[in-house]
Amino acid sequence: MADPTTTPAAPVQAETGTGAVAAVRRRRRYSLLTRHDKLILTLMVGIPLALDLILIWAPAVASVGISFTNWSGIGPITSDNFVGVRNYQVLFGSYIFFRPALAHNLIWLAFLTIIATPFGMFLAVLLDREMRGTRIYQSIFFLPVVLALVVVGFIWELQYAPQEGFINNALGLTRGGHIIDWLGNPRINLYAALVAASWRHVGYIMVLYLAGLKSVDPTLREAAAIDGANQRQTFFRVVFPVMAPINVIIVVVTIIESLRAFDIAYIINRGKNGLELLSTLITNNSISEASLVGFGSAIAVVLLVISLVPIILYLSRVMRNMTA
Amino acid sequence: MIAARSSPRARVRPGRLALHAFLIAMVALWLFPLLWAIYTALRPISDTVKNGYFSIASSLSLDNFSSVWDQAQLPYYYLNTLIIVVPGVLLTLLVSSMLAFALTQFSWRFNLLVLMLFTAGNLLPPQVIIIPLYWLYLNIPVPIGWLSDNGLLYDQYIGIILIHVVFQAGFATFVLSNYMRTITKEITESALVDGANVLRIWWDVILPLCRPALAAMGTLLFTFMYNDFFWALILMKSGDKRPITSALNNLQGAFFTNYNLVAAGALLAAIPPILVYVALQRHFVRGLALGATKG
Repeated sequence: MADPTTTPAAPVQAETGTGAVAAVRRRRRYSLLTRHDKLILTLMVGIPLALDLILIWAPAVASVGISFTNWSGIGPITSDNFVGVRNYQVLFGSYIFFRPALAHNLIWLAFLTIIATPFGMFLAVLLDREMRGTRIYQSIFFLPVVLALVVVGFIWELQYAPQEGFINNALGLTRGGHIIDWLGNPRINLYAALVAASWRHVGYIMVLYLAGLKSVDPTLREAAAIDGANQRQTFFRVVFPVMAPINVIIVVVTIIESLRAFDIAYIINRGKNGLELLSTLITNNSISEASLVGFGSAIAVVLLVISLVPIILYLSRVMRNMTA
Repeated sequence: MIAARSSPRARVRPGRLALHAFLIAMVALWLFPLLWAIYTALRPISDTVKNGYFSIASSLSLDNFSSVWDQAQLPYYYLNTLIIVVPGVLLTLLVSSMLAFALTQFSWRFNLLVLMLFTAGNLLPPQVIIIPLYWLYLNIPVPIGWLSDNGLLYDQYIGIILIHVVFQAGFATFVLSNYMRTITKEITESALVDGANVLRIWWDVILPLCRPALAAMGTLLFTFMYNDFFWALILMKSGDKRPITSALNNLQGAFFTNYNLVAAGALLAAIPPILVYVALQRHFVRGLALGATKG
C-alpha cells in the first residue's frame, strides 16, 4: 500500500529505484525493514482498515444508494426498486415526523450548547484551582458519565413518574390532582429527557475542559496577575483565547453528541410522541417496526450529511495539530 | 473551610466560602437522583404501596436486589456482557496499538488518510450505518461453529464484539497515536538496526512505553462497551445472548409499576462501571484528556 520507511524527515519516494548512487546510499541508510517487516506492517494496517471500510464506510455509502430505492430489506435490489428522489420528496414534503425530529435534534443541540456545555465549562473553571475537596467535587460531577444511558433513563424515571415520582410529589402536585406527566406530555418530555441527558453531559464536558485548563501555561496567568488583572479578566482575556483549540473540540463534541442522541429517547418511549429524533426515525422506519428500508436510508443520509459538518471541522482541527 | 487553621493569620475568605457553598449545593443536586434510586431500591414494595414512594421508609432491606437478581436472571446477563466486553477491550487495544504503531513510527504515504478514516468513522452516529450493517450481519456467513451457532454475525457475541472493536478502534487509535507520537522514532530505528523485527519492536519496545495510555484506554473502552445499548438492541434478537443493558430494557416491561425492582436492577447494572471508575479514576480521566488534548 505504501513504502514503510523509517525516514523521520523527507519522505522517500523512490525506495525501490535502481542504479543511482544516491538511491543506493539511501537504501543502505533506510531500508532497515525486511520484506517480512513490510508484510507485517501492511497487515497491521491493512486488516483493520479493510474491516473499517467494510463495516463502517461501505454501509455509510450504501445508505446513499439504498435511499433511492423502495427496497424492503429482503431479497435482492433490482432496477424495479429504483424510485429516484421520491423518498426525499416524501421526507421533506408529506412525512409528518421529519420536521419535528429535525427540530428536536436542534433543540437538543441548543439546550446542550446554551446550558449544559457552558455549565460544565463553568464547573471546570471553578474546580481548576488549589482548593480543599476539588477532587471529590470532580468525582461526583463525573459519576453520571460512567453510567449507561439506560441506567440514567431509569434513574430519572423515578424522578419523573406521574404518581410515584419524586418531582410531582415534592411539588405537591399529586395531592391537588394537577399531575404533570413529565415523560408522557409531548410538549415537555423532550426537556425532561434533556435534563437527564445534561446530568451526564455536564460531567463529560467538565473533564474535557479541565484537561484543557491544565495544559495552559501557568506563566500566562502569573503574568496577567502581575499586570493587575483580576480572576475574571484573566480568564476571559488570557485563558479563554489560548484555549481556542479545546473550545472548538468542546463545541464539536456537543454537536456530535446531539446528533447521536438515541438511547434516552428510546428508553422513555422508543422515540415517539414528542421524542422523535432523526436517529429513532431511522431505526423505527427500517428495522424495529416497519421495513421501509429505502425511506429509512433517506433519513440516514440526511443525518450523515449533517454529521459530516462537525466531523470535518473536528478532523481539520485535530489533524492540523498532528502535522504541525 | 477549616483552612484557616493551617496558617494562623489567614482568615477564611468570603469568596472561597461562597464557592464551597455553591459547589456543595451542586454536588447535592447531582447526587440526588442516584441517592433517590438507592433509597427506592432499599424499600420493600409493601412499604411503598402503603405509604407511597414519597414517604419515610418504615424499613429498609436488600430484598429487592436479591429478587431482581433472581427474577431478571441478572447473573446470566452479566456473563453475556463479560463475554462481549473482555475480548472486545483486549482486541481493540491490540488492533489500535498496532495501527498507531505502524502509523506513527513509520512514514507511510497514506498515514493521515487512514487515521482520518478511523477517527471519522468513530464519530458517525451509529444509526447512519445501521441499515446496511444489519443486512451485512444477516448475510455474511460465519461458518465456524464455536464463533457463531447460527452461521451468521447477527444475534451472536462475535458480531457485537466485531462492531465494538471496529468502531472503538477509531477512537483508541486516535488517542494512542497521539501518545506514540511523543515517542521518538529513533527508538524504533535503533531497534531495527539491532536486528529486531517490527512485531518484536511493537510488543517489546513500544507497548511497554505506552502502558499508561493503554491503561487509560482500557478503562474507557470497558465503560463504553459495557454501557452500549444500541448495537445489541439492533444486531441481536430479543434473545438469550443480549448484554445486561439491553436486558435491562426488557426488565422495564416486566416490572412495569414496581419501581423498587426497576431501581434495584438499574443500580445492580451500574455497579461494575462504577467500581472500575472508583478504582481506576486516574486512568479514566486521563483517557478522556488524551482524546481531547495532545499528550
